[in-house]
Amino acid sequence: MTDAPSKLTTVAKAAAVNPLKSSQPLGAALAFLGVDNAMPLFHGTQGCTSFALVLIGRHYKEVIPIQTTAMDEVSTILGGADHLEEALLNLKKRTNPSLIGVCTTALVETRGEDFAGDLKLIAERRGDVLAGTEIVLAHTPDFAGSIEEGWAKAVTAIIEGVVPQGAPARVAPERINILPGSHLTVADLEAIRDTVEAFGLEPTILPDISGSLDGKVAERWVPTANGGTAVEDIRTMGGAVHTIAIGEHMRGPAEVLKARTGVPYTLFDTLTGLVATDRFVALLAEISGRPVPARVRRARAQLEDALLDGHFHFGGKRVAIAAEPDLLYAMARFFAGLGAEVACAVSSTGSSPILEAVPAAEVVVGDLDDFETRAEGCDLLVTHSHGRQASERLNIPLMRVGFPIFDRLGAQHRHTALYEGTRDLVFEVANIVQAHHVPPTPAELDPFRDHGDTHVGRPQTAAH
Amino acid sequence: MLKDKIKAAFNEPACPTNRAKAAKERAKGCAKPLTPGAAAGGCAFDGAKISLQPITDAAHLVHGPLACEGNSWDNRGSGSSGPDIWRRSFTTDLTELDIVTGQGEKKLYKAIREISQRFKPAAVFVYSTCVTALIGDDIDAVCKHASSKYGLPVIPVHSPGFAGSKNLGNKLAGNALLDHVIGTHEPDDVGPTDVVILGEFNLSGEFWMVKPLLDRLGIRVRTCVPGDARYLDVAAAHTANVTMVVCSTALIGLARRMEERWGIPYFEGSFYGITDTSESLRRLAAMLVERGAPADLIERTEALIAAEEARAWARLEPFRDRLAGKRVLLNTGGVKSWSIVAALMELGMEFVGTSVKKSTVEDKMRVQILMREEAHAFEGMAPRDLYAQLKSGGADIMLSGGRTQFIALKARVPWLDINQERIHPYAGYDGTVELVRQIAISLGNPVWDEVRTPAPWDNEGRLTDRHVSHFTMDDDSDAADPTFAARHRRKFANSRVDNTDPEYLAHHRKKFAGRDADDIGDD
Repeated sequence: MTDAPSKLTTVAKAAAVNPLKSSQPLGAALAFLGVDNAMPLFHGTQGCTSFALVLIGRHYKEVIPIQTTAMDEVSTILGGADHLEEALLNLKKRTNPSLIGVCTTALVETRGEDFAGDLKLIAERRGDVLAGTEIVLAHTPDFAGSIEEGWAKAVTAIIEGVVPQGAPARVAPERINILPGSHLTVADLEAIRDTVEAFGLEPTILPDISGSLDGKVAERWVPTANGGTAVEDIRTMGGAVHTIAIGEHMRGPAEVLKARTGVPYTLFDTLTGLVATDRFVALLAEISGRPVPARVRRARAQLEDALLDGHFHFGGKRVAIAAEPDLLYAMARFFAGLGAEVACAVSSTGSSPILEAVPAAEVVVGDLDDFETRAEGCDLLVTHSHGRQASERLNIPLMRVGFPIFDRLGAQHRHTALYEGTRDLVFEVANIVQAHHVPPTPAELDPFRDHGDTHVGRPQTAAH
Repeated sequence: MLKDKIKAAFNEPACPTNRAKAAKERAKGCAKPLTPGAAAGGCAFDGAKISLQPITDAAHLVHGPLACEGNSWDNRGSGSSGPDIWRRSFTTDLTELDIVTGQGEKKLYKAIREISQRFKPAAVFVYSTCVTALIGDDIDAVCKHASSKYGLPVIPVHSPGFAGSKNLGNKLAGNALLDHVIGTHEPDDVGPTDVVILGEFNLSGEFWMVKPLLDRLGIRVRTCVPGDARYLDVAAAHTANVTMVVCSTALIGLARRMEERWGIPYFEGSFYGITDTSESLRRLAAMLVERGAPADLIERTEALIAAEEARAWARLEPFRDRLAGKRVLLNTGGVKSWSIVAALMELGMEFVGTSVKKSTVEDKMRVQILMREEAHAFEGMAPRDLYAQLKSGGADIMLSGGRTQFIALKARVPWLDINQERIHPYAGYDGTVELVRQIAISLGNPVWDEVRTPAPWDNEGRLTDRHVSHFTMDDDSDAADPTFAARHRRKFANSRVDNTDPEYLAHHRKKFAGRDADDIGDD
């Protein structure tokens, strides 16, 4: 593992070839979907919504509620406030959501309208009709950022829109806030909740996609996000004793919450790995004043064993990772911690300070084409499903992480955090490596192979 | 300029809907305004891209911010028999700085240069998007300049999302081909049986189930647009003798104007369903003979149809018992509706409804004639209503696209993908057999019984009576007798515990008190 800050390289290219990024409003929509009975609303053309909706659907294998203001040519020229108002009223009437999360798109941001002003006017004019529905605004143009930025902006918008300013009269000593990053899965959130509750604490997780995108078959049709953080719970987050933010991109929302309510926070740059989880568990023990429960201790022991069994498959391996900044950091730390070399690290965006801490000589801000050209000769590719083409062309196995994972089932139920998650990741990597083990051919082992010698009498094998 | 293009796209005399309209109404075009907060579906950019991207040896470069391409690439399974450059994703990924400083055109130009030098595509298609149209990037000029500079065709496609729906985008793509591609290459092997297929996407490679039939007849497909197309073949499309339009909503305008410009007659046909496949082959043969192909083509076509139909029906026969009486809900746009309806009805399946949202007037009439009752053809259904209908047992299976997949699955109803994400090919005679086979597989999956069995506890988690018995039932022979005792008699008879033991019986009487269990052990 390198201790020196990694070098950040931005590839000077006019065209992104095989994008690694997903768009910022998509990230915001995912976060809004973690609020119970919420409806994300894209302010843009219906294509913006349709693409995000289909992609999220392909990952989660769910019906995804996202709506559009359906901007057309006329509103693009004259302004979209009317479309925004009509969309809000239609959504209120049709689905009565508890929260509408407005995500702006590149189209309306390029026009440069005063969305906050528009929303204020709409609220004044139609307040009676819209009563009972929180409307929050996230500025998420597609031409900036990626999923992490969109997600963080949406969470900040929810806090600013719903949590009242000022410290509450009473603080509940058992309540803590969790602000998870977009790279955590449904299974991760469930594990975090279980662990927190095992200490007798009451977590408010914002956003909580483990309620809404967990792939359950409900008994009735729900047109909005079905499950997630209750708006009522968000409103009282100021009464918690502590906030835990996970991932560098959640520092912003944690700061905003602290500034509004005075709740102190602890930021975990990752929850993958033994050391990070130890720190997390210790903090919980400290806040609750309770001993670490037996099953948490058992999970730790299992991880220890998994690390022992699995490390053989990591040592000396060259790994190529392409992901959003916090996920890239978490994965790189995980691999480096087990003795692998992060030979290629590609980040979707370049603004996160966590990139400096990625244990790789260089972090490239780029696309999957940059990844593909740099990953040659590596033993394992680690990125989302779009990496499958690179995997085929380079003939290097692919471990799917992040978003989107559309050609494998169960992405939302994979553990990647805490003791269990790290244990599962160790097994997954070890299994991929074992499955792709190719025994060397005589030609490869031939001591004269570099001499241009055809070596008469060598056994003939069919080409792979 | 874009406005004129849109107007031209909707001024479609070959469209039956348009023909039925008065002149004034026709002039308005058919772009229905979308309802904010209640709209779904793709935009014009989406439509243009899907109509052109399967041209496999071209690079498809999206000029705009990340979302347009980044959120949508690699999601359609057209088959390519060779090049893979079309599957790579290219976008200028405009950032805020590019937009503010007006660097869009420059970045686009450089992007074309990079792509042409590194990937050596046969052509580059450049798609405008909302933002680049809004900031006024002149993609025509950039394309023209880049084209002469790098000596390869660079085709501008004007299709910003805000222009309208996906369908409009299909039409705009057709315009781009007509304005910049078709007619620009003169092949040296023009023949009397050359045809062009339009609106066939070769999803899951299914056109490869049809092409051998045409090969066998000596009919040469000059190009199939866009499925598995090569750029030069598309550029030579004007040398064909007949055009067959498979998906008329997408590219009928292109077919009509090819007729106007080059005198190539067209017809609308389908390769879905047995009868339709035969009919399409017949039309192709007849029209080619009219245009100078050898007259024996018609006889040979009839012979092929007779042999292939007989073979297909023979292969379908084993499914009749399994499928007769099963009720199908068809929820898909456009051309697939009536062809599939006809094929499945032949096997005795019933249709409880079909969406005709994207169908032409002619399609709708055929659906109505086939289904007899108008009430079953719906324009489109809100997810909530669709769920309600499926949940209430309104159909045994739904055939649709991925967008409504999970509505069916959440209602615990079998579902089969017949839209663009499908992994099984359904075209031609073999494709019809495959479709029926997949329906049978889906309907027959034992998982449906399992997922429809309610949880063995109530809302408070207490075990329900019904299910206590359900779980201990291990013998089907008495299943017809609904009493608890009858169902468990055999189990207890074989039990290692002596079922005449009074202590054992007393224990179980207490356990099952009030549960129709008083007669346990009486025999």
